[in-house]
Amino acid sequence: MESLTLSDVEQKYYSDLFVYCDTDNTKKVASNGRVLDLFRAAQLPSEVVLQITELCGATRLGHFGRSQFYIALKLIAIAQSGLPLRVESLNSVKDLPLPRFVVGKNEAEARHAALYQDPDSQGLYPAPGTAVIPRPPGRGHQNKKGHPSSTSLPVHEVIQPLATTIESQPEPTSPVVSPHQSPPTSPHSWRKHKRQHSGGNAERQPVVAATGAVWTQFREPQTGPVAGDGMWPSHSPPLPGQESWVSFTADTPPSSTLPAMHPSSVQVQRTTIRTVASAATTNEIQRQSSTYDDPWKITDEQRQYYINQFKTIQPDLTGFIPGSAAKEFFTKSKLPILELSHIWELSDFDKDGALTLDEFCAAFHLVVARKNGYDLPEKLPESLMPKLIDLDDSAVPEQTADVGYSASPVEVTPNKSPSMPSLNQAWPEMNQSNEQWETFSERSSSSQTLTQFDSNIAPADPDTAIVHPVPIRMTPSKIHMQEMELKRTGSDHNHPTSPLLAKPPELSEEAKLPASMKFVAANTVGDGYSSSDSFTSDQEPITRQRSQSGTSPEALKVVAPPPPPPRPHPSHSRSSSLDMNRTFAATKSIAGGGAVLTTTSPQQIPQQPNFADFSQFQAFAASEQPSSLPEGDKPSEGAGPLRTVKSDGQADERPSATVNSGAKGSSGPLAPPPKPVRRRLKSEDELRPEDEQHGPQKSNVIAAVLATQPSIPRSVGKDKKAIQASIRRNKETNTVLARLNSELQQQLKDLLEERISLEVQLEQLRPFSHL
Amino acid sequence: MAVCIAVIAKENYPLYIRSVPTQNELKFHYTVHTSLDVVEEKISAVGKALGDQRELYLGLLYPTEDYKVYGYVTNSKVKFVIVVDSSNTSLRDNEIRSMFRKLHNSFTDVMCNPFHNPGDTIQSKAFDGIVSGMMVQTA
Repeated sequence: MESLTLSDVEQKYYSDLFVYCDTDNTKKVASNGRVLDLFRAAQLPSEVVLQITELCGATRLGHFGRSQFYIALKLIAIAQSGLPLRVESLNSVKDLPLPRFVVGKNEAEARHAALYQDPDSQGLYPAPGTAVIPRPPGRGHQNKKGHPSSTSLPVHEVIQPLATTIESQPEPTSPVVSPHQSPPTSPHSWRKHKRQHSGGNAERQPVVAATGAVWTQFREPQTGPVAGDGMWPSHSPPLPGQESWVSFTADTPPSSTLPAMHPSSVQVQRTTIRTVASAATTNEIQRQSSTYDDPWKITDEQRQYYINQFKTIQPDLTGFIPGSAAKEFFTKSKLPILELSHIWELSDFDKDGALTLDEFCAAFHLVVARKNGYDLPEKLPESLMPKLIDLDDSAVPEQTADVGYSASPVEVTPNKSPSMPSLNQAWPEMNQSNEQWETFSERSSSSQTLTQFDSNIAPADPDTAIVHPVPIRMTPSKIHMQEMELKRTGSDHNHPTSPLLAKPPELSEEAKLPASMKFVAANTVGDGYSSSDSFTSDQEPITRQRSQSGTSPEALKVVAPPPPPPRPHPSHSRSSSLDMNRTFAATKSIAGGGAVLTTTSPQQIPQQPNFADFSQFQAFAASEQPSSLPEGDKPSEGAGPLRTVKSDGQADERPSATVNSGAKGSSGPLAPPPKPVRRRLKSEDELRPEDEQHGPQKSNVIAAVLATQPSIPRSVGKDKKAIQASIRRNKETNTVLARLNSELQQQLKDLLEERISLEVQLEQLRPFSHL
Repeated sequence: MAVCIAVIAKENYPLYIRSVPTQNELKFHYTVHTSLDVVEEKISAVGKALGDQRELYLGLLYPTEDYKVYGYVTNSKVKFVIVVDSSNTSLRDNEIRSMFRKLHNSFTDVMCNPFHNPGDTIQSKAFDGIVSGMMVQTA
């Protein structure tokens, strides 16, 4: 495909047209019908149209891609100017007027065409209703010429009826329709805005100011003074990541259905009457007319701009911007620190002290909004949330490395490539020339020495940590065990906070982490059994205990809230579900979520492939626990959470135990499971004697349950998944219930204490009453 | 449900104090201030023996007839103080712990904000929200 360099105006115009033709909203292909209609509207002889189609490559490809479309448009412009159609002329012809499309049938279309010529096309058509056809991007055309706003009035009038006409004719007659997002006509609009702003119209000034004229300064004053002062689209705080957005204000028509959020909208009306039409208007209207009523939506252009800005700080688009760099960057916006702080709070989604691309875009967007006078929301708007911005990416940065750069920006990028360079070029100019913040001039604020925040300074808060169910094979086959081992280590990478997995050294480190939560989440039941052999150090359990107590509450919090996803009941009912329920019910009746010992050990135990040994372990644990008598009212120093943690582990243990019991083959590591368990039990005894009271009871139940577990034949490969699913489900349920259990137990204890104290008081008082 | 929540910096000046407004706030300020002595006492007692293993949650600092004061110290010597009404006996130790945990997490989030300078008073809406959630809801 021949390379095509478009001016900004052209770019806008073309993209508007493309969107118009993009009836399927694929953003990639313009529907042939629409395109052909458009070409017919160009009033060119059909053979010329054919020639154009062929030249642009559409015939070759069979459809109109964006680049083909653009080339075709340019060729149309060339043809309309009377120049011979040549591929070379695509780039060589300078100052080519925009292609004109006239559809005589429709009054609206005619008007539309006229509007294209009309410098005041800026008239925002009040996007009446939601199905308003966005204004044709002819504005850009006019902008280019810098028409004065003299004809604004007639234009405005024209616009109004046109708008209504358009309204009446849902079939977009104007070539430009923006079904959803406003096409990147922003540069035009912005430019217009700029002109307006620089025009210094007194009337406009307030509008501009109100709308955050700052933005207008954004772009180089390439575009002459635009009358449309920051028409802030009442619709969205279409924070102009780039130029055009400012022009939104001008576009807000009085009858705009969009909520007149911006005070300048009224003024805009006035100004629009006289402002120069610009593509921005189209953009505005398009945006307004967009059925996508999200005021915080980031347009493609804005997004691209944000991405470019991100690149200036962090070339790696999947990387992070550390807090200090972000602080410097956003401080240049001259917003008060308090607001910047609030913006940061909103946009740093994972609270790691660093900004991913998504977060950065959200933050930038918010800054722009604020600059333009919009109040900051209390909560991050949905459209700015990381996972929503890039649909193709895993929004949460901690999950994958593909932050921000999903298909949408990628998709936009190639299309915009012709225009991007121009925008980018404009950027530095604007940066230098504008005093306004948008350019992030180097006259940065006098910031004190920035506190150096390492990226990801705070490990993912367990509360926000994503519970990541790791599929685990329950069958005890050796192959599976190995797989699980690998999987576990793999999941370890993904979840550094995952407690149990991996080798002891990792364990001892991870012990500090919310082991319980991760354990439940990761469900590394089958995994790491081989690693359990290494669970011989006493340190681990002890540290684990400590860490669990400290972190388990959070972990549990995380675990408890998300309800277990509905999973099909495994056909192979054998092990997990039924038994688990039974077990669970049994355990519930037992004192408290204690099962301290057993729960913690199960966490490690399940990782052992030797399921059969589990029952042994259970028995062992049961025997161990009675030895450690619980203490009385030892204030559970997080004993509650700890208990729940343990119960979680126990819950996990149970399913694993059941599976284990089924695994007859691997009877090898019989010793290991009991060993670590034993150690754990001992450490448990040392640390939480109180919990042990519950432990023995629970372990007894567990042992009983485990013993009753039917063995799972290895041949039940197909049920493995079902089992795993059910096990996971049960574990989650177990976690929740165990936690609840521990809480209730604690309550019971407290009440008993109170009762005892009251009784004592009563006793004391009674003698006095006799006196 | 707390009656007053305070965050004290390492240098023992308040970063954040909020109390139920209907009551005499000065009284709570005074209480928090005096509780700092108890905090110091506790952390110095535990202190060098265990090193980092010092428990963050200090527990009940001291009870008065009207209310009880609980303390929590972070590893960077930032103290959280919660004052609860004595009549509110339903508050378990567990709940107090969870309140401190939430406070600590929110505080960490505030600290992660590059626009927040350590030593400044905390002016985070998110933090305010968390604290409000923990305060006694006055009708």
